[in-house]
Amino acid sequence: MKHDDGDVAGLGRPRAVAFALPALAIIGVFLFLPALWTLWLGLTNYRLTGTAAAHPKVVWFDNYRTALTDHEFRGALWRTTLFVIGSALIGQSLFGFSLAWVLQRVRKPIRSVVEFFVLLAWIVPSSVSSFLWFALYDRRNGTLNALLGTKGTAWLIQYPMWSIVVFNTWVGTAFSMLLYRSALGSVPPSQLESARLAGAGPGAQLRDVIFPHIRSHILTNTLLITLWTFNVFTPYLLTGPANRKAEIMAGYIYRTSLRVGELGQGAAISLIMIVINLIIALVYLRVLRERTP
Amino acid sequence: MASIRTVKLTKEYPGGVKGVDDLTLDIVDGEFFALLGPSGSGKTTLLRTIAGLESVTAGQLFIGSRDVTQLDPGRRNVAMVFQDYALFPHMSTADNIAYPLKVKKVHKAQRYATAEETADALSLQGLLGRRPSQLSGGQQQRVALARAVASNPDVFLFDEPLSNLDARLRLEARTFLKQLQRRLGVTTVFVTHDQAEALALADRIAIMDKGRIQQLGTPRDVFRAPANTFVAAFIGSVPMTLIPGTLAGGRFAFGEERLELPDEAATTAAAMPDGTAVTYGARPEYISMSSDSRPGAIAGPVQVVEHLGASLLVSVAFGDQLVQAVVDEDHEPEIGATVYLLPNPRRALLFDAEGTRMADDAPAEAGG
Amino acid sequence: MSASPVAERSTAMSRFDAQPIRHFLGVIGRTVFVAFMLAFFTLPVLWLVFAPFDKTPGLGVSLPEFTIANFRTLFKSSSALSALRNSLILAGGTAALVLVAGSLASYALSRVRIPGRDMLLYVLLLMSSIVTGTAAMVPTFQLVNELHLIDKMLGVVLVIGAGTLPTVIFILKDFMDNIPKSYEESARLFGARPLRILWDVVVPTARSGLAAIAVWAVVQVWGNFLVPYILLRSPDKSPAAVVMYTFYTEGGQPNLRLIAAFALVYSLPVVLVYFFVSRRYGFRFYGGIKR
Ligand SMILES: Nc1ncnc2c1ncn2[C@@H]1O[C@H](COP(=O)(O)OP(=O)(O)O)[C@@H](O)[C@H]1O
Ligand SMILES: [Mg+2]
Repeated sequence: MKHDDGDVAGLGRPRAVAFALPALAIIGVFLFLPALWTLWLGLTNYRLTGTAAAHPKVVWFDNYRTALTDHEFRGALWRTTLFVIGSALIGQSLFGFSLAWVLQRVRKPIRSVVEFFVLLAWIVPSSVSSFLWFALYDRRNGTLNALLGTKGTAWLIQYPMWSIVVFNTWVGTAFSMLLYRSALGSVPPSQLESARLAGAGPGAQLRDVIFPHIRSHILTNTLLITLWTFNVFTPYLLTGPANRKAEIMAGYIYRTSLRVGELGQGAAISLIMIVINLIIALVYLRVLRERTP
Repeated sequence: MASIRTVKLTKEYPGGVKGVDDLTLDIVDGEFFALLGPSGSGKTTLLRTIAGLESVTAGQLFIGSRDVTQLDPGRRNVAMVFQDYALFPHMSTADNIAYPLKVKKVHKAQRYATAEETADALSLQGLLGRRPSQLSGGQQQRVALARAVASNPDVFLFDEPLSNLDARLRLEARTFLKQLQRRLGVTTVFVTHDQAEALALADRIAIMDKGRIQQLGTPRDVFRAPANTFVAAFIGSVPMTLIPGTLAGGRFAFGEERLELPDEAATTAAAMPDGTAVTYGARPEYISMSSDSRPGAIAGPVQVVEHLGASLLVSVAFGDQLVQAVVDEDHEPEIGATVYLLPNPRRALLFDAEGTRMADDAPAEAGG
Repeated sequence: MSASPVAERSTAMSRFDAQPIRHFLGVIGRTVFVAFMLAFFTLPVLWLVFAPFDKTPGLGVSLPEFTIANFRTLFKSSSALSALRNSLILAGGTAALVLVAGSLASYALSRVRIPGRDMLLYVLLLMSSIVTGTAAMVPTFQLVNELHLIDKMLGVVLVIGAGTLPTVIFILKDFMDNIPKSYEESARLFGARPLRILWDVVVPTARSGLAAIAVWAVVQVWGNFLVPYILLRSPDKSPAAVVMYTFYTEGGQPNLRLIAAFALVYSLPVVLVYFFVSRRYGFRFYGGIKR
């Protein structure tokens, strides 16, 4: 009986592998395999129905050529970029951080109430939250128009991008708030105190003590919310299939592959999306490694 | 109940550190055996190797007549009390104590009966329903003991079980532990870095350093006749004063000072040439101090006076060398005053250049 | 050292001068900010609070003419009820799957040094973040189709399970890493075998982590629209997330009375579970990882 150090329960490698296998198998089949399959599907003219469904042909890079020259694809990509910048990088990060920052200094009951509602927005199932905003934005009876006195404004049609950016900020801020709260909690109070004794105001404290301390939290938060926002499908529920002016990548893939039925084309776009995700993740890892010695 | 024997036992960690290095050791059945040494000397490693929690790199290990070198830890029938007690936080005292029996598939009624009995014997009445977090440190320690006792092992292994208790409680727990071991008669290996604990508890002590045994003997042996300067410096509540110097004309010389040779090494040392490097050792308890000159005494200014309670520890400077003496509390000297120190030649020791004790009659007992 | 008391006093004085104004501005700023945030985050939810109890709910928020008739309608609607039941099954199934498979895997990975373990964990985590339900929509559909799991709840459980497992393993491993090794060693010396140690010692010790993960998994599935939408065909198998959507696309006019009551009943369990568990186990951040 020879065991590894750290193997305190005497698991042994064979049994450890057996323990890990079910999970790894599920991940392998239902997460890795689809990702690999995308590679293959993207090279075919596979369709949901019709002759190409039974006998798909390899069309090599036609799908990619089509995608990259298609103004619908480029439009969706551009809108997705705006969506990510607006709702994740600006909306959720900024709101999340300032909530975490300000709520530290607010009395407990008020803090609890605000946190409750921010979290609520996040926890409510997406079908419900998108309906709530659908109601809020409604042209005739919507509460937003009633409040702002902008009777008859069809927000989702006249300002489609703004609508989904605000919506997604509302949904996702909680995550950044939670993350930054725990990050701010990890800043040693003694360092803040000595900064304050040296006469540093809130701005200087932020710059000199807090940001250096929570840099990796900022990066982690940025990566996660960027990826999630990039791939989010919920706005499609809010805007509906007809509203092309607010169509972002998720909706575009869905429409191309499962509504129009061009599975091969959809797979090619999926792969482009996965590659973009990968690049975002790698850039983040790169930056993280540079910054943290 | 069983003896423990290690034969050329080596445990090498990945990275090459030898926690236990070629160690041969016999622990007698029913003995209270202490492993003593500074932090990092390999005590825990040896204990865990006996338990089977660390694999053996080379050598053999016997418990009783069984070769257990490759045996699964669960089948060695040893019980270990960890430094953090390792009480399961989600189980009550009763469940904790009964756990070893649960694993052995003892019937439920039977195991709680045994748990209660054991708890009684360890003065844990009334605590059976509590969780570990609701117990004091001393109580937790006794629950851990009770759990070990309930498993009815051949061998107890204790890894610094008293070190998380405060000083007063530690003394009580020490006495309790000794009583318990006497009553049960189970072979016990007890790891500690506290020499007083080892001296108080053990039938025999192994003093370890760098994975090897420096000396093996009774508390009296290791205190009176340390095998080398390492043991000499380690044992004793105030460390032995060790003075490096040379032999000169049948006396011990350091700086300008001269001391009579210790009785036990006088003949051997006298036969050696002048200028031989040796170390003179004397426990501060065996050095007497006076304010008047005496024959054979050395004189120096008082540097520091420390209160030990009923006595004082006085440090006297001889050039760079400090020599310490324990004196009665009524004789507190002034700082800077000149005092005369005279070691008791019957208790003083002499070590050779390697640090091994020199004695006229028998060679020093070194372990390993 | 001699200069420092003087320096300290002078900064203390200047701070004293600036303090009241800065303090005042701070209070004003905070109040405005908090009020704005509160309005922003509560406004959309008001409808969910009022409309379900309104005799004639509209899309706008208004004080209700109180009634519980909407809920009576809801509990008579078989499609609404089966949708909720389906959500329960999916959530329970996925939670069970990821808890069992996830704790076994994370325990093994925490305790045994398999070559490339840390790399594996990071790759898994990275994969799960970049191969999302959205980006892998087409091949997932394709794969589940090939496996004849289309229109079966098992397919949904497996797909969502695979997407959540890397995170589950990563977080659970962290919990397991933090369990003192002496617990297991002690159990092991008493003769307990690995599965028994896992069940008797590790699982109970890591239960706050497991609870957090279970809740997280339930919240994931409960709100997931896309996967069941793509993989399930029959309305009677669809979960609440999908069925709720059909309430307002089918038949021209959305049935607001049903939608309002349904939305509330559908939202309440996750909200309750979430806040209950986060209070009970005091986890703040791990429980917070929801997408
Ligand atoms: N798991 C381990 N891996 C590598 N080296 C170790 C490990 N455990 C202990 N050591 C090393 O082995 C030596 C003996 O350690 P240990 O037995 O814990 O000493 P003690 O209990 O006497 O303080 C030390 O040098 C320590 O650094
Ligand atoms: Mg130790």
